[in-house]
Amino acid sequence: MSNHPGLSNTFSSTGEKFVWSKDSLNSIKMIISRYPKDRHQSAVMPLLYLAQEQNNNWISIECIETIAETLNMPKIRVTEVASFYSMYNTRPVGKNLVQVCRTSPCWLRGSNKITNTICKETKCQINETSGDNLFTVVEVECLGACSNGPMIQINNDFFEDLDEENTKIIIDNIKNGKPNKIGSQKGRRSSENA
Amino acid sequence: MTDTSLIKIKINNKELEVDKNLTVMQACEIAGEEIPRFCYHDKLSIAGNCRMCLVEIEKAPKLVSSCTMPLMEGMSVITNSEKVNAGRKGVMEFLLINHPLDCPICDQGGECDLQDQAMYYGFDKSRYSENKRAVDNKNMGPLVNTIMTRCIHCTRCVRFATEVAGVPELGMLGRGENAEITTYLENSITSELSGNVIDLCPVGALTSKPYQFKARPWELKRTDSIDIFDSVGSNIRIDSRAEEILRVTPRTNEDINEEWISDKVRFNYDGYYQQRIDTPYIRKNQRLQISNWDETVKVLTNKLKASQPLALIGELVDVETGYAVKKFMQNFGEDNVECRTDNQFIHNNLNSFRFNTPINKIEDSDLIVLIGTNPKIETPIINHKIFKAYNNGAQIFNIGENISLNYETKYLGTKLSELENEKFLKNIKKSKNPIIIIGSSYLNNLKNVHTYKSLISFSHQFKLITKDKNNLNFLNPFASRIGQLLIGNTTKNHCEPFTKLLNQKFDTVLSFGSEKIADSSFDSYYRVYFGHHGDEGAMKSDLVLPTPLFTEKNGIFVNIEGRPQEARKCHNPIGSGKEEWVILKKLSQNLSYDFEPNTFDELREELFKKHPKLFEFQEIIHEDSSEPFVVEDILFEDCKPLKLIENFYMSDIISKNSVTMAKCVEEILDKPLMEKSA
Amino acid sequence: MVNQIKLVLRKEEGVQRMLNTKDKIFQNLHGFEEPFLEGALKRGSWSNTNEILSKNQNDVIEMVKSSQLRGRGGAGFSTGLKWSFMPKDTGKQHYLVVNADESEPGTCKDREIIRNDPHTLIEGCLIASYAIQATKCYIYIRGEYHFEYIQLEKAIAEAYEKGLIGKKACGSNFDFDLYVHRGAGAYICGEETALLESLEGKKGQPRLKPPFPAGVGLYGMPTTINNVESIAVVPTILRRGSDWFKKIGTENNTGTKVFCISGNVNKPCTIEEEMGIPLQELIEKHCDGVDGGWDNLKAIIPGGSSTPMLPKNVCETVRMNFDDLKAYGSGLGTAGVIVVNKNNDISEVIERFSHFYKHESCGQCTPCREGTGWMYRMMQKLVRGEISPEQIELLENVTKQIEGHTICALGDAAAWPIQGLIKNFKSELIEKYNKRNLKAS
Ligand SMILES: Cc1cc2nc3c(=O)[nH]c(=O)nc-3n(C[C@H](O)[C@H](O)[C@H](O)COP(=O)(O)O)c2cc1C
Ligand code: SF4
Ligand code: FES
Repeated sequence: MSNHPGLSNTFSSTGEKFVWSKDSLNSIKMIISRYPKDRHQSAVMPLLYLAQEQNNNWISIECIETIAETLNMPKIRVTEVASFYSMYNTRPVGKNLVQVCRTSPCWLRGSNKITNTICKETKCQINETSGDNLFTVVEVECLGACSNGPMIQINNDFFEDLDEENTKIIIDNIKNGKPNKIGSQKGRRSSENA
Repeated sequence: MTDTSLIKIKINNKELEVDKNLTVMQACEIAGEEIPRFCYHDKLSIAGNCRMCLVEIEKAPKLVSSCTMPLMEGMSVITNSEKVNAGRKGVMEFLLINHPLDCPICDQGGECDLQDQAMYYGFDKSRYSENKRAVDNKNMGPLVNTIMTRCIHCTRCVRFATEVAGVPELGMLGRGENAEITTYLENSITSELSGNVIDLCPVGALTSKPYQFKARPWELKRTDSIDIFDSVGSNIRIDSRAEEILRVTPRTNEDINEEWISDKVRFNYDGYYQQRIDTPYIRKNQRLQISNWDETVKVLTNKLKASQPLALIGELVDVETGYAVKKFMQNFGEDNVECRTDNQFIHNNLNSFRFNTPINKIEDSDLIVLIGTNPKIETPIINHKIFKAYNNGAQIFNIGENISLNYETKYLGTKLSELENEKFLKNIKKSKNPIIIIGSSYLNNLKNVHTYKSLISFSHQFKLITKDKNNLNFLNPFASRIGQLLIGNTTKNHCEPFTKLLNQKFDTVLSFGSEKIADSSFDSYYRVYFGHHGDEGAMKSDLVLPTPLFTEKNGIFVNIEGRPQEARKCHNPIGSGKEEWVILKKLSQNLSYDFEPNTFDELREELFKKHPKLFEFQEIIHEDSSEPFVVEDILFEDCKPLKLIENFYMSDIISKNSVTMAKCVEEILDKPLMEKSA
Repeated sequence: MVNQIKLVLRKEEGVQRMLNTKDKIFQNLHGFEEPFLEGALKRGSWSNTNEILSKNQNDVIEMVKSSQLRGRGGAGFSTGLKWSFMPKDTGKQHYLVVNADESEPGTCKDREIIRNDPHTLIEGCLIASYAIQATKCYIYIRGEYHFEYIQLEKAIAEAYEKGLIGKKACGSNFDFDLYVHRGAGAYICGEETALLESLEGKKGQPRLKPPFPAGVGLYGMPTTINNVESIAVVPTILRRGSDWFKKIGTENNTGTKVFCISGNVNKPCTIEEEMGIPLQELIEKHCDGVDGGWDNLKAIIPGGSSTPMLPKNVCETVRMNFDDLKAYGSGLGTAGVIVVNKNNDISEVIERFSHFYKHESCGQCTPCREGTGWMYRMMQKLVRGEISPEQIELLENVTKQIEGHTICALGDAAAWPIQGLIKNFKSELIEKYNKRNLKAS
């Protein structure tokens, strides 16, 4: 069984009903309008994102139940979707979900070192959350930025062209509450030859 | 209508012509080529996931799964090439690498598809040297046992729950090799048909909890019989060893239950042996005391010499018994046998009390009105057919209690007169094949014949009844009812049943398995109970005579459509039970009444002579529709719907005595047991 | 054989062509200019879309067909031909679904188009939808591409605002709606029917084919699925003509192509080049060569993780197009070129891919669900030098047991890299085993 919070088949409970925020309710209306009238189920993935955002970056049993209710879907169908896709966390994660790409293109350029650096700097092992709840570190498969490997994703942001030094800086900045420059850490605009 | 024209194809170089809508697998079957399969099941949607059914199609570069492949003109299919064999062998090996080799302790052992196929396609020796995957077992409730490491992910169970049972509660979570079958949060499956997943699971992942480790298939004696715990008459197979029933499974009957049965008949058999009346009892000093046949028959003979008896027929009584009772009771006068102890309204003929639409035609309807019935708990099989119609696009309306079913219904209200609700009339006018199902909670409370005539008129008006169909259906949940009514075990004034009889001058009541005998209206009567279970009726009686259960004798039951079928004997009666007709014959002799038949077969012969249609097992008895009533003023009386069955798992004395059923109540209905059985 | 001869000829000619800047379709691939409407208009997007939309729909399809554009999503199927499979005037809702799932390891080209030149895609969506009578289009973008999603949504909002899409798009009579749907971390959703399932709110498990999406696709309606790049090049083809497009590259392998080069090169990058550029040239010219020099090259995976690797000698001659790579038993795939040099263990490269496929198998069908795990575990041993020559044979056997027996092509994709490894480096793998055994004894 995978320990990756996004690929577990077991869900946790918060013990409290999950209620959509006002903002979420507005978004839901907009989201549902993108799909045909009798196809509300199509909105399940966007709604899982929405719930995850509102619920500190993870999907609880209660999120599933509320989504099922909103979309008039059987709960097991929502659960299937939430457990199938790796980006829905089925248990709480730290404030910064650090995802290190482990696939060959990044590995060829030293992703192992990046993993080690991150584990060392955040003081947590793969699939673990740091004591201060600031980080959860996971290894992920190819994130689609291979020409800029090795790379990691922290929450929504990509950090590319990494080495041990700039990785450490990124982690330090987070620890110190300083902003990070996203994208290439070696001054590339995107993936041009430079 | 789909075009069913024939096309020419070749299977293993043999030419044949088949319906072009078939799949390659179906065509192969017609050609007599057996195709191995795990995920394919003809009652479920096609998943194509096991990949065991691979075949070669000429000119196609890859093998294809035959269960998913449509036919094409001129297609040439090869099912026995080296390539096909190698493909299947490969799939088989993949299925086995993570499957435990625990056949000797697996309940599926001996009846396992995987085990069978492994004989043909397995390797002698496993080439897989890694650890096998272990999967946690899941709770699915009191009926289904799970050993999920054995699961081969065919998703039959998931498809069954969603498509047949209509309870989308099972699913496959996760992905890849971590994919797992489970119910939502490991809750119990809430369907009355849940046990069918046990038969569907091709391996031993889902097995019967009650049957666990009870027997190996080859030790069992098989008896073909029918379900008498509702009025549908599902075909069942009973497996027994010596004097004990160990397992009940469905027999396929496409006209009735297809290949499903309800959880009640599948699992209540432990109740067959609880609280059995195994010897005659007689009341002495206000207490029932153990007696014997000699004494009780003597007492009863004397009693009957000078009394006016009334006979009641219960809900689980076969036609032969009913016939013997009728024959016996004629000696005391007329109008003294009644099976409608619930006051069911009937009119003059079969069509006024049966389900007139053949069960296998319900799914063709585009509009169904449920009136005072909860088909889900009264007759789960009929409910499944309604669900099928619903899935085909039918609208379902409901009059009566606002119940929740496993499909969407439009609620019209409690009054029968809602049938004339404007909106509803608009819909029924548009409908091509509407069906009305009127259940006991109305039928047992109708007072006015005019309401019945109005129903018939209404049905003619909206084409429910035409020259070639009758879609006005009367739904009663009891297995015995149609048969007993057919042979006339009811009062002559049809619409005035049981309550009316009580005003007459009877002083003795003979109950054949009817608990109604316990009713206080009989307090002044001498009560005689013929039955198999120590229920209320037995407790209150003055004389109790043990009779066999439907599994301990042969007997005909006519199902709700009017289809005679036979329940067969699996083993001898428990204790000193005697068949009713034997007792009645003895009494007749004592009282010097005629009772010619000397054997059960002779009794049956006499019955068939009087009612030849009963002889034609499995054929729906045809009766011409009554003259179309033309009542000018369609008028539906208001009547209070009263529920007959509240609890699916405990609707009869046998189920009430079943520990398994009690667990269902606790774990599925989630209500305290005491409250329910009270 | 034929191909090889051609290749040699080309080398002898000594042609060294670099795609002309003005022939580049993605003028802002690297985002040095304004990515949104302002920049897009400068680059020529949306210049005469109205005119294109006034053409007969069949003519549009014919033009794309005659350009010989082949799908950029991996299989290389003729885009025009695919469009022509769509039924006409059905009265049903038709859909165009754009595959921006881009999850094949080694591939990051669509990302550049989306974040730096989104209007090429949006305009392409409009035109392609028009051609197949689809008034609605969904772009399915992988969930991890959050920034790209934001860029795309912004560009779409611009396009709506300026009336380029929406009711009477670009002033034509064509009403067109475009929506973005985010994936959530599942490679399999790049497979077109799994993508449709996902879009319908289900697990991304591929559907059985037939029926094909052109008949029964999204929500049961006629649907065409195309890759981002396939769609984004369409406006330029229609603007500059199919002959222009055909002149670039060779017969049946026409046009420009965005390549992404990763791994052991000095400067990995994503670059638009002429289809059919020699592999070595691509690497030498755009990536400053192999890390450690050409002689340090071990092998190249030419088209994303699923394409079998090419040994060094082949890399020296092969041209990067569909047919030439196929002739070598590999494929252009997504044109994600992964370069492996001798400093790295080539079996670990493949082992990591095996992990990827095991991780991404949807779990639906037996050979893929069970086989990917088995292969991965054997690959782990292989990396450690623990599997004997017989077991290497078994491993190869297992790949053959998966290949061609699954519902979708993920099974094949998982099998091919291993087959490529064994084919090219079997003796080395055996040597590894022997060495380890020698040490052990
Ligand atoms: C496992 C698998 C993953 C795929 N992933 C992608 C993908 O990420 N992006 C893509 O465009 N096509 C992908 N494809 C190919 C698509 O199924 C489809 O062929 C393609 O989107 C068609 O577009 P095209 O004709 O423009 O190439 C994948 C196919 C398979 C079997
Ligand atoms: S539990 Fe049985 S029926 Fe369900 S998927 Fe597994 S093997 Fe199939
Ligand atoms: S029976 Fe055809 S794939 Fe399972």
